[in-house]
Formats: sequence, structure tokens, C-alpha cells
Amino acid sequence: MSTPGNSLKDKFLQGALSITLMSILFGFLLGGIILLVTGFNPLEAYGVILKGIFSRPKYVSYVIIYSTPLIITGLSVAFALRTGLFNIGAEGQYIMGALAAAAAGYYLKLPIVLHVFAAVGLAVLAAGVWGGLAGWFKARFGVNEVISTIMLNWTALYISNWATTIPSFGRQGTGKTYAVQGTAQIDILGQWKRTPEGIAFLREHPMLWDVLKSPVNLGFVFALVLAFLVWYILNKTTLGYELRAVGYNPHAAEAGGISVKRSIVVSMAISGALAGAAGAFQVLGVSHRIATLAIMEGYGFDGIAVSLIGNNSGPGCVFAGLLFGALKYGGSKIQDVMGAPTEVINIMIGIIIFFVAMPKLIRMILTWKQRRRLN
Amino acid sequence: MESLLNDIAFIIGTTLMYSTPLIFAAIGGVITERSGIINIGLEGMMYFGAFVGAAVAYFTQDPWLGFFCAGLAGASLGLLHAIATVSFSAEQIVSGIAINFLGAGLALFISRLVFDGATQTLTVPNKIPLPLAFLFGEGKLFPSAGFMDLVFNRFATVYIAFALVFVSWFVLYRTRLGMRLRAVGEHPEAADSLGISVFRIRYGAVIMSGFLAGLGGAAMSIAVVSRFNNTLISGHGFIALAAMIFGKWKPQGALLACLIFGGAKGLEIFMGAKGVPIPSSLLATLPYILTIIILIGWVGRSQPPAAIGKIFDKGED
Repeated sequence: MSTPGNSLKDKFLQGALSITLMSILFGFLLGGIILLVTGFNPLEAYGVILKGIFSRPKYVSYVIIYSTPLIITGLSVAFALRTGLFNIGAEGQYIMGALAAAAAGYYLKLPIVLHVFAAVGLAVLAAGVWGGLAGWFKARFGVNEVISTIMLNWTALYISNWATTIPSFGRQGTGKTYAVQGTAQIDILGQWKRTPEGIAFLREHPMLWDVLKSPVNLGFVFALVLAFLVWYILNKTTLGYELRAVGYNPHAAEAGGISVKRSIVVSMAISGALAGAAGAFQVLGVSHRIATLAIMEGYGFDGIAVSLIGNNSGPGCVFAGLLFGALKYGGSKIQDVMGAPTEVINIMIGIIIFFVAMPKLIRMILTWKQRRRLN
Repeated sequence: MESLLNDIAFIIGTTLMYSTPLIFAAIGGVITERSGIINIGLEGMMYFGAFVGAAVAYFTQDPWLGFFCAGLAGASLGLLHAIATVSFSAEQIVSGIAINFLGAGLALFISRLVFDGATQTLTVPNKIPLPLAFLFGEGKLFPSAGFMDLVFNRFATVYIAFALVFVSWFVLYRTRLGMRLRAVGEHPEAADSLGISVFRIRYGAVIMSGFLAGLGGAAMSIAVVSRFNNTLISGHGFIALAAMIFGKWKPQGALLACLIFGGAKGLEIFMGAKGVPIPSSLLATLPYILTIIILIGWVGRSQPPAAIGKIFDKGED
């Protein structure tokens, strides 16, 4: 046996990745048991889910579309967590971003590209202020960010609902706003695919046609860029170093000359801006408008799950967001095909996070054989 | 004068109705957090409790059995949270988030199985009763729709919630058990060295918090309304969590916070009913904005129990 701690296997056993992968395995295992107990064949269910994810180009693009906002709200939560703040408010910041993007996309008259930049910029600004507000409440008045962001979530939801009733913005009686202009949309070939030439071309190329049946857009590309930016800012810049130092030990950071109060506001503002970008891309690329919401859509809360499964890192969020998006989209199909409740996905996500929370248990299981040998 | 009094009574009555589910969950939050375990899973526990309460009340036609089973449903999630956080030193917030996904997931999963694929239950035949109803009405002690009726003719859950606040205050501050629980939350090592079982106290507290949050869910699904649906518990657990922090981790503080929140909600409904010329969705922001303003201007820094969220390991494996 090799000396512990040196071999690749031991490194894997001690690393965060093994815990995540084991947790995912447990999620699938226990999810399968729940299906089995309730009278469904788990292998059939997982088969349906896998087919629902991979069997058509359209499905794969839908998975990517579903994943995009989850990756970005995951990054938002991860950024705050890495700096010692718990941002439950990604939900509300997402709503503010979506609202600002919908308004800017509809009201502003700008050329292509510039219009997208303006809409995303305003969304990021609005959501950054919304997140920064919670940071300021904490820094200036000592208000716990968990409470303030919960309150700001609901405030954002109702402000957004009110906005959809403004006569020049909301379409009377539909509960929806007017669509953003073509210049602000980030759909890939969105206009072209509806022109006669486009349709003629796509008939010749069924694969591409299938992909373009879904609202494919640039959001995923932006999500990857943002994941890189989050990693870069946190790990490679002075700002990121300072923010993490405050999260790690505010007293030491203060003694080292870092303004803790400023850091809290900046960190929450960046976290909020990220969630706002998620809302903006969803509006500009998928929905093209916002609608009256009866309850929260859950992008922010799902983002917490993504961040936790992704170990609060940029690349981790991309991976976890894709997993979550794939399960959400593929899982929605077991209802129609075999009548199994699609909510088994939520239970599985819960189980995965539950195990992610317990690295101690996972290590015990992983090293069980080893320990038995030692004894 | 009469109508002004009735208006006030209406607001008080609505306040009580909306505060009650929050009070149950918030007291649950106080108990677990005073023992040193964060429970952000109150939302999932309420969600599951609301479903189980309504489902049991529907099938057995017995609202009290439903109410009790709702508590058990919440407690079972509490047990999971306790296993993770107490036995396996889990990150408490992460485990709580998992509980939220599990609670909502289980409720909707079982609902679809039991109620023909629907994410809501059918209407329960009997809601939680109004225990003082015999006092109000034609020829009774108080006229119906009068001040006393509007304020006091409330579901039994309202009275239970208020009793619960008193009982939990009494237990926390006037009994040996409460003193031990607080000691465990402030300084587990010291409590442990005095022979108090940190393990048992924390298990009990977390399971209890789940039980109470479950009751809170049922106070919503079989008292305020008469069925569970997938939008019924949309954030109430988080608001209860906020109320607990707002109330500085004290039962009486949490009660006050829930009442302020319920009061803002009552005011919102009242102003809406009176046709105040403010758009209803902007009016709906009132409870949330008011809470933030009160936190900023009045409450200030709240100090959590000293050992909260910290892992306690006895160190004798």
C-alpha cells in the first residue's frame, strides 16, 4: 500500500470533488429507491431522463437553455459565499435584472449589439444596487443579510408585478409586458430562422433545424465568460483577495488595512450584479418579456443549490448548473412517459446537497475499507 | 365611531390570522438556534407539514389528527437535519437548504401519487375549529361582525400559537431544561464538562423545531385556507426565519416580529379593501419594506447565540 496522502487515489479521497461525486451518486441511488418503493422502475425512469436529455439535438440545447440562468445565479451565490456572505437574495436580484432588461429592451431605441450592451448594463446596475443595498444595510446598520435579502426578494417581486401593469409597458389583460425589440435580443439566428430563406435552408439541414426549434441564445456563452471572471476576480486580483480575506476573518482583514464595510457592500453588489445578468439573459434570449409572478420562479434558490453542489467555485457552478438543468429538463419527461412525479428531481437535488453538507460521513464511507484493514 | 372600531378589529383579526403560521415556525427556529443549530430548513418543514396536514385531514376528516401529523412530518425532516448537523458535523446552512428541497419535493411527489397527479390536495371536510364561536351571533354574548367577533372569533391555532410563545418562554428561561439548552447554544464545551449531553439537547431541539414548523404549515393549510397547493407556503418559512432573527432569538421577540409582519399584511389587505388609490402590487411591498425600516431604525445589531453554527465535536471517537 502506498503512503497515505500521496497517491492519486488518496488525493481523490480527500478532495472536494470526490465528496461531490459521491453525493451525486447517493442522490441517484436514493432517488431510485424512492421511485422503486412507490412502484416505478427506476432504471426505466433514468432511461427516460437520459433519453430526454441526449436523444435529440433539440433536447441538448434545451438543457443548455435551462442551465444558463442556474449557472449564473449559482455564480452569484458562490461569489457571496466565498466572501463570507449568504446571499438568499439572488432571487430578487434576478427579478430586478429581468425587469430592467425588459424595460431597456422595449423602451430604448439603439442599434444592434449596443442595445444588448445597454440592456444588460442597466440590468446589472439595477440588480447590483439591489444586492449592494443588502450589503449596505449590513455594513451600516448591522442588519443580517439573510433577513434583508428575503425582504428585498418579495419587494422586487411586487415591484416587477406592478411594472407589468404600467399601460405603456404591460399588454392590457395578459399579465405580460411587450416583447423587447429585435435589436436587444440575443437569440442565435432568431430572426433569420423565421424568414423564407431560413426555413428553406433549415429543411435541408434537419439537425440544425432541430436545434433552432429551441430558443438557442448567447446566454450560455456569457455564462461561461462570467464563470471565468468570477474565478479570475476571486483568485487572481487584489480585490478578490481582499473580499475573501474579509470573509475568512473580518477582524484580521480590518487590522490589515482592508475596509470591511466597503468590502461587504462591494461583494453583495457584485453578487447581485451576477444574478441580474442571469435575469437579463433570460429576458433577452428566451422569454423576451417579463410576466406577472404569483410566486418566486426559484432561479435564485436553485442558484444556492448550484453553488453548493459546485463547491462555490466558478467551474464548479458550470458543472452543477448543467447537471441541475439537465435533471430539471430531462426529469420533466418522466411524468408524461410513465406517470412518475417529476418532483423526484427536487428530492434528488435535496439528497445531493444533504450529502454535500456532510463531508465527514462521505469520508467515513470512502475510507471504510481502509480503516477496516488498519484495524 | 362604530365603523372605525370595526376597521381596527378587522386589521387586528387579519393580523392574527396571518401571524399564526409564522409564530409556530419562528418559535421552532428560536428553539433550535438557541441550542446552537441554524435551521434554514423551516421553509421545507412548513411546506411538508402543510401538505401532510391537509392530506391527513382530508382522508380522516379529522383536522386535529392532520395538525398532529403535520408536526410529525416536520419533525421527521428535523430528525434528518439533526443527524446531519449533530452527528455528522454538517454545514448547518447547507443541510438546511437540502431540507428545503426535500420538504417541497416530498410534498409534491406524494401529492401527485395520492391526488391523481395534482400538486394540490382536495378541500378538507373540516377545518381547525373556531373554539369561541359559541360566544358570537344572534342572541349570544356578542353580536356577529362586531368588534369582539372580528378580533376573537379565531381558529384554535391562533390561541395555541400564543400559548406556545408563553410555554416556550417559560421553558427557555424558567426551567432547568431551558437553561441547559441555552448553555449548549452559548458554550457547548462548558455545558459538556458539566455533564449536559450536547448531543441529546441538540437532537431534541432540532426535532422540536421541525415539529413546530410542521404545525405552522398546517396552521396555514387547514385553518387559514382549507387545502394545500404548491404556492401555499411560498416563503413563509423564510419570513419566520427573519422574524426569529428580528426578534433577537427570543420567543417574545419572535412573536412581536411575526405580529408586525402580520400587521403590515393586515394593513395591506385593509387598504386594498378600502380602495386606497395605490396599486395593489405596490401595497403588497408594505410588510417587507416596513420590516427593513424597523430593522434599520430600531432593532439594529442582533446578536446570535455564541456557539451558533459551530461544530461541536466531543473529541473522543
